[in-house]
Amino acid sequence: MAILVDKNTRLVVQGITGREGEFHSRQMLEYGTQVVAGVTPGKGGQWACDDRVPVFDTVAEAVAATGANASVIYVPARFASDAILEAADAGLPLVVCITEGIPTQDVLRVRAYLDQKGTRLVGPNCPGLLSPGQAKVGIMPGHIAMPGPVGVVSRSGTLTYEVVYALTAKGIGQTTCVGIGGDPIIGTTFVDALALFENDPLTEQVVLIGEIGGSDEERAASFIAERMTKPVTAFIAGRTAPPGKRMGHAGAIIQGGSGTAAEKIAAFEAVGVRVAEHPEQIADLVAQI
Amino acid sequence: MKLHEYQSKRLFAVHGVPIPDGDVATTPQEARQIAEKLGGPVVVKSQVLVGGRGKAGGIRLAKTPAEAEQVAADILALEIKGLPVRKVLIDEAADIQQEIYLGIVIDRANRRAVMMASSEGGVEIEEVARTNPDAIKKVMIDPFLGLQSYQTVALAKGIDLDTGYMRAFNRVAQGLYQAFLAYDASLAEINPLVVTGDGALLAVDGKMLIDDNALFRHPDLAEMRDVDEETSAERSAREAGLSYVQLDGQIGCMVNGAGLAMATMDIIKHFGGAPANFLDIGGGAKAERVATALRLILADENVKAVLFNIFGGITRCDEVAKGILTAFEEVKPTVPLVARLVGTNEEEGRAILEQSGYHLITAQTLADAAQKAVAAASGAHAQLQGA
Repeated sequence: MAILVDKNTRLVVQGITGREGEFHSRQMLEYGTQVVAGVTPGKGGQWACDDRVPVFDTVAEAVAATGANASVIYVPARFASDAILEAADAGLPLVVCITEGIPTQDVLRVRAYLDQKGTRLVGPNCPGLLSPGQAKVGIMPGHIAMPGPVGVVSRSGTLTYEVVYALTAKGIGQTTCVGIGGDPIIGTTFVDALALFENDPLTEQVVLIGEIGGSDEERAASFIAERMTKPVTAFIAGRTAPPGKRMGHAGAIIQGGSGTAAEKIAAFEAVGVRVAEHPEQIADLVAQI
Repeated sequence: MKLHEYQSKRLFAVHGVPIPDGDVATTPQEARQIAEKLGGPVVVKSQVLVGGRGKAGGIRLAKTPAEAEQVAADILALEIKGLPVRKVLIDEAADIQQEIYLGIVIDRANRRAVMMASSEGGVEIEEVARTNPDAIKKVMIDPFLGLQSYQTVALAKGIDLDTGYMRAFNRVAQGLYQAFLAYDASLAEINPLVVTGDGALLAVDGKMLIDDNALFRHPDLAEMRDVDEETSAERSAREAGLSYVQLDGQIGCMVNGAGLAMATMDIIKHFGGAPANFLDIGGGAKAERVATALRLILADENVKAVLFNIFGGITRCDEVAKGILTAFEEVKPTVPLVARLVGTNEEEGRAILEQSGYHLITAQTLADAAQKAVAAASGAHAQLQGA
């Protein structure tokens, strides 16, 4: 088992004929993901990835023709909101948006619409999802992960890979690695991912990788205290980040003195979550459980 | 992107928010002319993108045009929190009876724009949140419905605004929300919004932050960026598409990925060093970007060592290694360099660096790399080599 994506995922790639879309579609196919369709308006009828994937003009056509049940989005920021809405409108239950740089007010409206439709959004500005041995949706490097009992959820990209790599090096595999994204407004939060892992029978424990900005980690700490039976190990990036400066991710900023790493670490420690001092220590803490 | 007070207020005014008459001056003479035109007493306000201008002597009253000229000369000579004052706003002085706060921010937890009002105008909202949180009243704005009149009435009641001002308050609130939407703001704030002696509402001070991700559709706003307010390094980084924040430590950091870059800074601190910067070179790590990044890091005179921390995922370590070498041809580093390349093609990457002839200290783990960088920055490595 895994959460969100597995070997039954039938994926449509929005923006498949773009440079990023094409490159990562090949990587996903190579990993064994069922990439059943691509969408690029105006290129319907063509084939992508060495004639392995049919291209459609619209998501609705792609879904009708291929039975796709999830979408991943690689289109440029200024077209990405439209792409997310199109996927939701076509009835897809899961939309993963890799694109970085979508205006926050757009995501605000998109997320409100998706809530009405009952569509789950992962991202934007995220590395996607990886259920080792089953499916990879997004841009995570597949070879650093291996199947196993640990759920991983993170706001970051390469920091997640670093942690997954360290887990794998210790022989500790993962059920699913979830990149929820570094933007201020995102579709799937830590709490959402923790709830999914809690209900996944094969996930035995969870690693949560947070960072400065917002209060998603604090809410995760409350959720862990109230609802989770599985152990969680956390890491928070940005202990040395200065206030008021955006640290790469649009959402990684200490504003008005809140959203600091210290607050988040304290929130986790208060509910008994072990917090690693640095990334490599996470695998050690996980191994002790 | 931060906008100046005068820019913010003018944009609010476009959407019907009343603001004082006034104009911007860059010289004392201009200040005098503006004051003459306005007639009566004026306020001379420094336009710098930091808080605490009043306390720093950057906002002063002037009763006559001659006094305005003198005050403007004083303020234009100031440096506030390290930023030189290059512009002053000359506003008609308002007859202030009451000061309130009105602002809109994005509430990340509730995923809504939230409008906040407080009876404690003129004080920073964060300060009010700490000292008197009950004074802040909030309404969540539905993105599809927009701000409703009953919500502004609730805010006005909540801050005990005289009922006679409710309609005027609603117009200001609606105007502020329209400006917030129109310019893709992440914050739009009137502080204070004042009730004047003749019974009107007036936005005496204003502030707006624009979402950088939305600037592509606001070329007019992008041009308003005050480049004087950035360090030259931050400007070069922004123009090169790099995420860079200058800090005051000795260890320059070059990392791929924002989260990993923060974690790298943290681990340097953990092992007793201090990071000189946050720098995310992003995916791909092409030679040109690496070179730009390296130039930025080495331009900082505090830097005593550089730590490269690259996790190869889709980006291959050998490509990054080539990028680093190309950068070295252009930017000759004079401080010790510690390189940690892990992930896809890490061995090939390390081999390229080792065979290059440049002396790089290599490390396998992040902890090891950080410790080596801290030692190198403190001179331990140089001594080691000398021995």
